[in-house]
Amino acid sequence: MEAVVKVENLTYAYPTSKDFVLKNISFEVQKGEVLAVIGPNGAGKSTLLKSLNGLVPHFYGGKYGGRVIVAGYEVLKTPISELSTKVGFVFQDPEDQISGLALTVWEEVAFGLMMLGFPRDVIAERVREAIDYVGLRGLESRSPFELSGGEMQRLAIATVLAVKPEVIVMDEPTAQLDPLGKFEVLSVVRKLAEGGATIVIAEHEIEDVVYFADKMLLLDDGRAVAYGDAREVVAMVEELKSRGVDPPSVTELSHLLYSRLGVDADYPITLEEAVEVFTRVLGGQHA
Amino acid sequence: MPEVLIRVEDLWFRYGETSPWALKGVNLSVFEGELIAVIGQNGGGKTTLAKCIAGLLKPTKGRVLVENLDTSTTPTHEIVKKVGYVFQNPSHQIFESKVRDEVAYGPRNLGLPPEEVERRVKWALSEVGLLGYEDHNPYDLDYGKMKLLTIASVLAMKPKVLILDEPTTGQDHRGRHLLAELALKLNKEGITVIVITHDMKFVAETAKRTVLMAGGEVVLDGPTSEVLYAVDVLRKNAIKPPQVVQLSIELKRRGIDISALTVREAFEKMQVLLERRAGSRSRG
Repeated sequence: MEAVVKVENLTYAYPTSKDFVLKNISFEVQKGEVLAVIGPNGAGKSTLLKSLNGLVPHFYGGKYGGRVIVAGYEVLKTPISELSTKVGFVFQDPEDQISGLALTVWEEVAFGLMMLGFPRDVIAERVREAIDYVGLRGLESRSPFELSGGEMQRLAIATVLAVKPEVIVMDEPTAQLDPLGKFEVLSVVRKLAEGGATIVIAEHEIEDVVYFADKMLLLDDGRAVAYGDAREVVAMVEELKSRGVDPPSVTELSHLLYSRLGVDADYPITLEEAVEVFTRVLGGQHA
Repeated sequence: MPEVLIRVEDLWFRYGETSPWALKGVNLSVFEGELIAVIGQNGGGKTTLAKCIAGLLKPTKGRVLVENLDTSTTPTHEIVKKVGYVFQNPSHQIFESKVRDEVAYGPRNLGLPPEEVERRVKWALSEVGLLGYEDHNPYDLDYGKMKLLTIASVLAMKPKVLILDEPTTGQDHRGRHLLAELALKLNKEGITVIVITHDMKFVAETAKRTVLMAGGEVVLDGPTSEVLYAVDVLRKNAIKPPQVVQLSIELKRRGIDISALTVREAFEKMQVLLERRAGSRSRG
């Protein structure tokens, strides 16, 4: 297995912050893996993600210790411009991502490729692929600002996909969206995950995340307080709750049954697993 | 029988003479002491309805009565004393440079004496848990506290009805729990609360009654325990019920009835079922 992202003892403070906002964080993401970064607001999730595309420390400055290696490049020694083709970054608010310079969806997706100097036919091909992938075909000539929230965020993902980065980083891509938008965007994330993309994603919707995350990292006050297989982290119900993170309802329910009544069964993390487990525990008939 | 506080009668609304109707004949009665969730996709008319109730928008046709005052003929400042509206985005509402002044703004405008203004500021800040932050700049607060501040500012007007427009958007789980507890507490203290939200877990944990809006009309209006179980209607409106409801429905198909809305409720019902099973086994 090949680590696309390798973070070793990363410690960081913004020039203006009193304390370190990232404290001695280490993790790895292999090719094709999805790492979900979870934790309360203010835990350092966004800062951690920005350390992967070089915004931290190149843009913000500050105190920096440890090493971050992405696609073989050490971030500290690599300019942001070079990292930008290796790391695709999807912001929380799609309006932060949209260039504002492109008049149409098509141009918006082509923009990054043009800046990178790709030949015309390659651009046309990649734009078409990316737009199809996120399900925006037919909207090519719309203005990006006429799109719904979910469409705009999918456009932001398309602009990232067109560049074919080695790792896609997403910072709470559904936080500003309504349920339909959330569903649209999470469907694309799931498709990417199933298609073998390497992804690091911060996301609050843990009941959805469990369907595509291989690993999880629980961040609180700048520290990685839990890190490992997604199933194991999600099952740490007390730990998650004490850090202000809700596990999936079905996992929490299973934990209550175990801790209060001694019902010993594997903790389900998805609805489908829960139906199986609770049918057995409560003696129902399989439908 | 509690009193009707707000009566919405055949309410039609459009933003301009040639705009499409945002509300099409809405009828709704809100009783004193209720905690109601209004759900539905964006563009369904939730916020428009709420703004009509708060007197911020006047009906194009039909009428809205707040304690028998018609919002079309009553000055807006009379309505805002009764109905407080908390905007979705806190920065749309905050404009003072100190927390104290932000909360005092409304009561001062009501022309209340300074001691009463001070009393209300203290009370409102303590209600939302922000006592001690009087001298902070609102923009130095984190997003969750900023939200609480906007709620305090509205509470300081001592409204009978509090409207919260998507309070949990952008909040983490801790922030959501705080807001859920606050909504329940204020409601217990006698304030009628209307929450517009996409957060079905929040609905399940707080609201007794839920109204589903789509296309400018009320599609469902009933006890939350019924509305959140109307899964086919919800699905048509792109709403996913809470995971506990989905679980309950699947278990019911397998002969297990828990019909719960929250984790706590599901646990209690499962506990009863397990005890019954253990009992019948030991007798057998």
